[in-house]
Amino acid sequence: MNQEKMTSSSSLTILYDTIRWEEKALYEAAKKKGVHVTNVDCKNLFIDLNKKNSEFSKKTIIQRCVSYFKSLHSTAALEGLGAYVINSLHTATLCGNKLFTHMVLQNAGIETPKAFSEESALLALEDLGYPAVIKPTIGSWGRLIALLRDKDAARAIVEDRAHMFPLYHIYYFEEFINRPPRDIRAIIVGDRVVAAIYRYSGSDSWKTNMALGGHAEACPVTNEMEDICLKAASAVGGNIVGVDLMEKEQDGLIVHEINNTTEFKNTVKVTGVDVPGLMIDYTLSLGKK
Amino acid sequence: MAKCPECDAEIRIPADSIEGEIVTCPDCGASYELLKTEAGFEIKPAQVVGEDWGQ
Repeated sequence: MNQEKMTSSSSLTILYDTIRWEEKALYEAAKKKGVHVTNVDCKNLFIDLNKKNSEFSKKTIIQRCVSYFKSLHSTAALEGLGAYVINSLHTATLCGNKLFTHMVLQNAGIETPKAFSEESALLALEDLGYPAVIKPTIGSWGRLIALLRDKDAARAIVEDRAHMFPLYHIYYFEEFINRPPRDIRAIIVGDRVVAAIYRYSGSDSWKTNMALGGHAEACPVTNEMEDICLKAASAVGGNIVGVDLMEKEQDGLIVHEINNTTEFKNTVKVTGVDVPGLMIDYTLSLGKK
Repeated sequence: MAKCPECDAEIRIPADSIEGEIVTCPDCGASYELLKTEAGFEIKPAQVVGEDWGQ
């Protein structure tokens, strides 16, 4: 979390491809604090990758692209030209891939669902057991995540994937976690967990993604949760991240995902915490270090 | 106000709108992105949700 870069503390750039509630809230929070804020549409961004003394050098940029690939590549280009991007390329690379995140969390001693990744997918599932969850290593909003209740379901999914883009030939399975019908999204800004929500599954779904019609409620931030979340954020080098946790029966809180351009609309709505204002304050404070 | 290119309905553009923001036609539900021009805001069809979107 301690990245030392030269930044301009009185101005910042928000890089977006779509202005959602979150991007507008960040923009308005920055303006309210008297910050000179520029919104840059990544879709119109032209970056000379070889330019010396680039106009992006030493700029503080909050990366908010909703597109994973746009976000990753623009972060790489801008950081390479000397901009200070929140979150960094290192963080984006780790958080954007579930298998990468899994390994980092495991090595940091943070509980995360048991997982397998094998060429021989069905053999791996025999070891993991059913039910199991198959996830694409890159992807969001619950897309292409499937609950495999038995070998027949697994065989059907694996066969389908054989006809898909090679990314989907990397089989990443997680144990199915027995938990209440909810998970937790905690928002970490610097070295604080500033707010957390429970995300409840929508009707007819076991997935808790808000994009799939679930609903949110405020979740108290316990010392245990704060400790786990800060360790998880540190493991990926994240400045501002959303950590997703599940309440595993008997074992307690486990981390299953870290989001480097986290959504926070529902968090603000149900907790009343000024998350965008805290994000702007933190970003500016980094520039002063 | 802007006219929806799909169904011709009036789309209200809030006073605090910013460039890049998404507005939705109240009649047909089509989404548009706001473009700032000298004359005010214009609209263009918004990107559909991409396969790699989300967090």
